[in-house]
Amino acid sequence: MSTRRKTVAAIVAAGLAATGLAACGDDSAADAGPSSGKTVTLVSHDSFAASKSVLKKFEQKTGYRLKVLKSGDAGQAVNQAVLTKGRPQGDVFFGVDNTLLSRALDQGVFQPYEAKGLSAVPADLQLDGKRHRVTPIDTGDICVNYDKKYFEGKKLDPPKTLADLADPAYKNLLVTENTATSSPGLGFLLGSVAQYGERGWQTYWKKLRANGVKVVDSWEQAYNEEFSGSAGGHKAGGDRPLVVSYASSPPVEVLYADPRPEDAPTGVATGTCFRQTEFAGLLDGAPNPEGGKALLDFLLSDTFQRDMPLQMFVNPVVKGTALPDLFTRYGAEADGARTVAPQKIAEHREDWINAWTSLVVK
Amino acid sequence: MSPGTPHDASARAVGRADTSRRPARRRLTPARPVTRRRVTVLLLVAAAALFFALFFGYPVAAIVGRGLHTSAGWQLGAVADVLGRRDIRDVLWFTTWQALVSTALTLLLALPGAYVFARFAFPGKGVLRAVVTVPFVLPTVVVGSAFLAVLGRGGLLDELWGVRLDTTVWAILAAHVFFNYSVVVRTVGGLWAQLDTRQEDAARTLGASRWRAWRAVTLPALAPAVASAGLMVFLFTFTSFGIVQILGGPAYSTLEVEIYRQTAQLLDLSTAAVLTLVQLGAVVAVLALHAWVLRRGESTLRLVDPSRTARRPRGVAQWTLLSGVLGVVAVLLVLPLAVLVLRAFDTPDGFGLTYFRALGSADGGTFLVAPIAAVGNSLRYAAVATLIALVVGGLAAVALSRERRGQDGRPGGVSRLLRGFDALLMLPLGVSAVTVGFGFLIALDEPPLDLRASWILVPLAQALVGAPFVVRTMLPVLRAVDQRLRDAASVLGASPWRVWWEVDLPLVRRAVLVAAGFAFAVSLGEFGATVFLARPDSPTLPVAVARLLGRPGDLNYGQAMALSTVLMLVCVVSLLVLERLRPRDVGQGGRGPSGRARSSPAAVTKPRQAPALRPDGAVTAPTEGPLTKERSR
Repeated sequence: MSTRRKTVAAIVAAGLAATGLAACGDDSAADAGPSSGKTVTLVSHDSFAASKSVLKKFEQKTGYRLKVLKSGDAGQAVNQAVLTKGRPQGDVFFGVDNTLLSRALDQGVFQPYEAKGLSAVPADLQLDGKRHRVTPIDTGDICVNYDKKYFEGKKLDPPKTLADLADPAYKNLLVTENTATSSPGLGFLLGSVAQYGERGWQTYWKKLRANGVKVVDSWEQAYNEEFSGSAGGHKAGGDRPLVVSYASSPPVEVLYADPRPEDAPTGVATGTCFRQTEFAGLLDGAPNPEGGKALLDFLLSDTFQRDMPLQMFVNPVVKGTALPDLFTRYGAEADGARTVAPQKIAEHREDWINAWTSLVVK
Repeated sequence: MSPGTPHDASARAVGRADTSRRPARRRLTPARPVTRRRVTVLLLVAAAALFFALFFGYPVAAIVGRGLHTSAGWQLGAVADVLGRRDIRDVLWFTTWQALVSTALTLLLALPGAYVFARFAFPGKGVLRAVVTVPFVLPTVVVGSAFLAVLGRGGLLDELWGVRLDTTVWAILAAHVFFNYSVVVRTVGGLWAQLDTRQEDAARTLGASRWRAWRAVTLPALAPAVASAGLMVFLFTFTSFGIVQILGGPAYSTLEVEIYRQTAQLLDLSTAAVLTLVQLGAVVAVLALHAWVLRRGESTLRLVDPSRTARRPRGVAQWTLLSGVLGVVAVLLVLPLAVLVLRAFDTPDGFGLTYFRALGSADGGTFLVAPIAAVGNSLRYAAVATLIALVVGGLAAVALSRERRGQDGRPGGVSRLLRGFDALLMLPLGVSAVTVGFGFLIALDEPPLDLRASWILVPLAQALVGAPFVVRTMLPVLRAVDQRLRDAASVLGASPWRVWWEVDLPLVRRAVLVAAGFAFAVSLGEFGATVFLARPDSPTLPVAVARLLGRPGDLNYGQAMALSTVLMLVCVVSLLVLERLRPRDVGQGGRGPSGRARSSPAAVTKPRQAPALRPDGAVTAPTEGPLTKERSR
């Protein structure tokens, strides 16, 4: 065999091997289209997470094979669902929250299904009333986190409320996210709208700006680079002791530290919170609606609800679900978390974001 | 060039064709092969064009159409509306000037680098050349945080002089230089290394000053390559995404960032469609200019083996230049990467391997499998993407290499068509990843092409970015193949397929491997398109890094840094392998056609001098093709 032939043979073999490997690594190679028959496909955003054993349980219980498609952040995932409506990528979509709910509902992305176990979910979380196009699955609070060490060192009380953040004592301490590109950023803005009303919020943000609020594009950047209290931010030399993050961030700092500290390095300003509720729904045009319904039931089951806190760091919606130790010990209870009706958000989102941008960023 | 090579080469090819024992009489009329060749070319073009039409043209048209076409018909008024907006005009202005400044800065800093890499021999050059290319294939998520560590608070500049550059335009410019340094070094340096120094020496002997000799002899030869590199850097910085988002903060927005925001966040498809068209227009203009520059650059240059032009630096001036370039490389390129690696080892209890060990366990929660499994995923996707890019890019390159000029020296109709196609193949480099990604979702959703949830979407998108690179690498080499070799073979009765197999393939073998290597490395680092496409739960390396960065906690952050280090390592290794495969000769396979190699095994390892395949001893100047680049940067 000449060298040339060897090269060609090697390229061909590498190609075949690659295709073969890709096929093995990916059981879906056989069916190119969306799920059909005995497969249920869950479409979600990149933050979706669940224990392997929990997902296995679903497969054992129902006999369906579960496939998970994750793509982009929450906003992008919802927009993909809107774009592919009628010919969806899967059967169930998980991860539309109250800030984007109206867009998905108005576009007719979902078909109604009343999931088993819905009666155990508080009525104020069931934002689609009796129509049941979406099912609430979890809630999470967007709150300002603070660096405990910083405030102890300065002998300064950490802020508690939104009003505190505009106090000159906390000048140049807060970093938040761009409302146009980040969902915690948007949530924080909506919290201020809920608190100060449709007129008052702009005055509030003018004060925040005068007080030296810093805006970055993403949560990753705010939390891992700018915030002095997080592990990443600490390493990166972050110098802002206040950051817009989640109420569940402190327990996560504990969980992913080795060795685990006695106390969480960060705390939550409980009077600054905005409540996000995440929903799942059966996609209109789902190839396997029966499997999708079984999956929705499963998402409300105790097995899945109990698994969520340590996987996605959110709170279960089903009343009486046992919370992990970590959450009860280090987590924070939001002090009257604010929220805004999805319809109102849908009507004003763009105006608010634009107004905010010219007020705070430009 | 060794004497008599052209003659030998044709003789060998003829000899080999002869051994096929095919009767030669079938192919005596010249008209038929020509027609046949035209048909073959058209078929090859059609195959490659079909791929691009299906997986690029159609999806992009679908998403743009969705934005501009409503139930009330075409909304062309939207174009004027959007372009009339003050904020959009600001975006356009910022996009353009930052790209111009970035390009100028990159050229300013990288041209001395190109010279040093081309003309100086020093230990560790090969490794260093691979190192400067690494940034080009690294995902922006990784680079952004590395850069903040140098320019941001607590960074080097901050500690030394109290200077912080994060969320300023300076950080954007510095990062653009970081990313594109290698484009200039490879494109310009590649050619520079092959320019015969003797011409300049001759000019000096005749009394020209060093500067004058350089200006009169070397500069004109280099100018097309410099222009080509500059245009490529402009294209990449004009469509910059991640860097602007991470380092610039919300106050700065490029066209590409705005397209992403309008599409993925606001779902304002009509604004996004208008912006996509504007960007498309700008990119087409740049590519047309680039094609024109490349064509003008195809002058006949006398090229030599690069190993003969490089020598140890002599004298104070040369040593100063070398250390200056090494200093720039150290501060601008190596330092950010080093900070990243340092953070991967910097655990709460001193330096250690904790984060690397954690990559092997699946209990992280973010993943159903251990993060390290992403290495396997990435390698698989990249291998499939490389294969697709090789086939499609290879077909296109073969077709394009057959461009013929008519009697009057002007390109004929088919050739003009081919030229347009050549530029078209580069378009995916300039179109936003979110446009392509969302386009895939709404266009490829019906049988027979129902790929909505298929894994193949990822390598397909990656191949779109890899294929232009394959074309650019293979085309100059294929064009340098003497047509008379092919003619001789076909006159002697070889089929077109056999001609390709016996004449072209042995000559381009190395170029194919180089193209494959780079397409592979680029696919490994590809983030933009990958993250926009729905996929089964098998994250690639860059996506896994992004996911780890997306959660709080020491262990997640440390693992993200460790995984970035792994990604860097994989990139460096593939680039080093690539470096070894680099054609040492002028585009040709590094050795003559296989007949010679078999009789003389030494020729395989010993780089031979450029086998000039044209009788006049000149070959088409092969500017090493523009490097492709991670989309959505």
